[in-house]
Amino acid sequence: MSVPALRATGLVKRFGDLTAVDGLELELARGMCLALLGPNGAGKTTTIEMLEGLTRPDAGEIEILGRTWSTDAEGIRERIGVQLQETRLQEKVTVLETLRLFRSFYRDGRDLAEVLEVVGLTDKRDARVETLSGGQHQRLSLACALVSRPELLFLDEPTTGLDPQARRRVWEIVAGFKQEGGTVLLTTHYMDEAERLADDVVIIDAGKIIAKGSPAAVIGSLHAESIVELHPRDGTGDRLVDSALLALRGVSEVRREGSAFTLVVTDTQASVGALLGHLTDVGVELESLQTHSPTLEDVFVALTGKHLRE
Amino acid sequence: MSNLLPRSTELAELTRHRVLAFLRQPEGVFWVFAFPLLLSAVLGFAFQGGEPAPSRVGVVGDLGGWVARLEADPRIELERFATRVEADQRLAGGHLDALVLGVAPAALRLDPGRAEAEVARLRVLVAVGEVEEDQLAIDPVTERGARYVDFLFPGLLGMNLLGTGLWSVGFAVADMRQRKVLKRFLVTPMRRSSFLASLITARLAFLAGELILLTAFGVWVLDVPLRTSVFTFAALTVLGAVGSSTLGLLVASRTKTIEGVSGLVNLVIVPMWLGSGVFFSYERFPEAIHPLLRLLPLTALNDALRAGMIDGAGLGQMLPELAVLTAWMVIPFFLALRVFRWA
Repeated sequence: MSVPALRATGLVKRFGDLTAVDGLELELARGMCLALLGPNGAGKTTTIEMLEGLTRPDAGEIEILGRTWSTDAEGIRERIGVQLQETRLQEKVTVLETLRLFRSFYRDGRDLAEVLEVVGLTDKRDARVETLSGGQHQRLSLACALVSRPELLFLDEPTTGLDPQARRRVWEIVAGFKQEGGTVLLTTHYMDEAERLADDVVIIDAGKIIAKGSPAAVIGSLHAESIVELHPRDGTGDRLVDSALLALRGVSEVRREGSAFTLVVTDTQASVGALLGHLTDVGVELESLQTHSPTLEDVFVALTGKHLRE
Repeated sequence: MSNLLPRSTELAELTRHRVLAFLRQPEGVFWVFAFPLLLSAVLGFAFQGGEPAPSRVGVVGDLGGWVARLEADPRIELERFATRVEADQRLAGGHLDALVLGVAPAALRLDPGRAEAEVARLRVLVAVGEVEEDQLAIDPVTERGARYVDFLFPGLLGMNLLGTGLWSVGFAVADMRQRKVLKRFLVTPMRRSSFLASLITARLAFLAGELILLTAFGVWVLDVPLRTSVFTFAALTVLGAVGSSTLGLLVASRTKTIEGVSGLVNLVIVPMWLGSGVFFSYERFPEAIHPLLRLLPLTALNDALRAGMIDGAGLGQMLPELAVLTAWMVIPFFLALRVFRWA
């Protein structure tokens, strides 16, 4: 496993004055799944489209499965599977006809019945694409990416716009592909998707990597035991002062959003106890108080002050 | 380079895909198959010959006994008026071809710029006996090949070949670009030449059906002659269909939306409907622009189709037209290859 499935160095893409991707470095070992996590406009799609050979980078180098786009584009295309954002397949043809078309583009590939089975569309094989639900369409789109038995799968926001059940089915398909030794690079703005599928995450904001590592390691970088969200009852929140909250035991960070407060705490029991005492002392009434284990979302907010879903 | 050539398996699948998508779209089938047939039927029957329409002639007052003679003439449709003002209004509104003011000597009021007015004048003069009928004796043209419908039908065929190629290819490309299907194809090893060629092969697949239907109608129902060999006729239509498809490819090579393609196709097609001799001969335009009109693909196609169908000309006798058609097939294709935008 000396040659990584994917390696990108110093990747830059500019659109006019805007630098969409600003010196990105990525490396993905075979059999692993890497998630590019970031809000809309962070440069995820631009990055993945450069890796897929759709967009030419202004600077930097890309190596896919030991090949480069300039010397062996066809060799790369034969070995990768791609799902783009927002592809709407031809509506009047059937599921099987669509797969047959995509299969015809590749030298080698797998049996179509097998692919239909993998994505759970066997009973829809003769249904026209126009009759498919959003989740089924997305699974067909995955099937089109899988017909060639790719070594590396690129997924751009694979579950955006799908309901929870449809999302889980997509995750199962991707997990199955990985289990058989496949390598996956996906973009998402859902932290749960990244936590569920990825061995490693790269968090991107404004075209730059702001954190990377395994989901556990990235979350661990917050040094938090939990996140406390505090909503004071109308008007009474004015009595709270950031510095006073920060002085409470176990509180490592305080952030205001409107009338709400988010505290990053290292000792949940001590902090919540101290916090409740402090609220009573200054006369703040609670609308609600929630604690949860830190997530990638919290890391992103801590690093940028913004939410992923903005 | 061998990978510039289309690969047969993917070309076959891409073509199959297009044909299926087309056949399953009732609107598309209507516009390609039913509409041209309907249009040819309506125009064909309207101009198939027979009696010309009667002249609409007005009279004010009685004119002595002459009114009865005008009324008795089946080629004149007489309208009587009580006052001159009323009659002048009808004439000005174009409801009358001529107004008879007096007889012996005949005095007529009409617009000399209208051919119908001249016809009406002649008929009035014959009806009132100022011109003898036998002075106007004619030898009527009734043979196949010389009637208006014989002129019209090849023009409709040419217009249909051009329109279908432009619309079907233009729409298909814009639709796939809008759906990001083109972009999706681009990340597969599919050869671009296979995709572009499939648009043309799919067009040729529809062509057979469309052509047999239309030609059968023209030859058997409208009795239009088809004097050239089937080979020449087929070669001409294939050339026309391929040429219009490559033009469609060029038109859609960069357009992002269906609406954009619509506008461009109209821009290409409407001037040719007028200037390429579909409904009337382009020789009615000033002689100075005839050479330009003959460079239009539809003019070349119509001229060649007419030469073949009516005069029985073979391919060797329509070389200038074939050269123009070939140029329109090759140049747009390579231009389209260069400027085509996939994503």
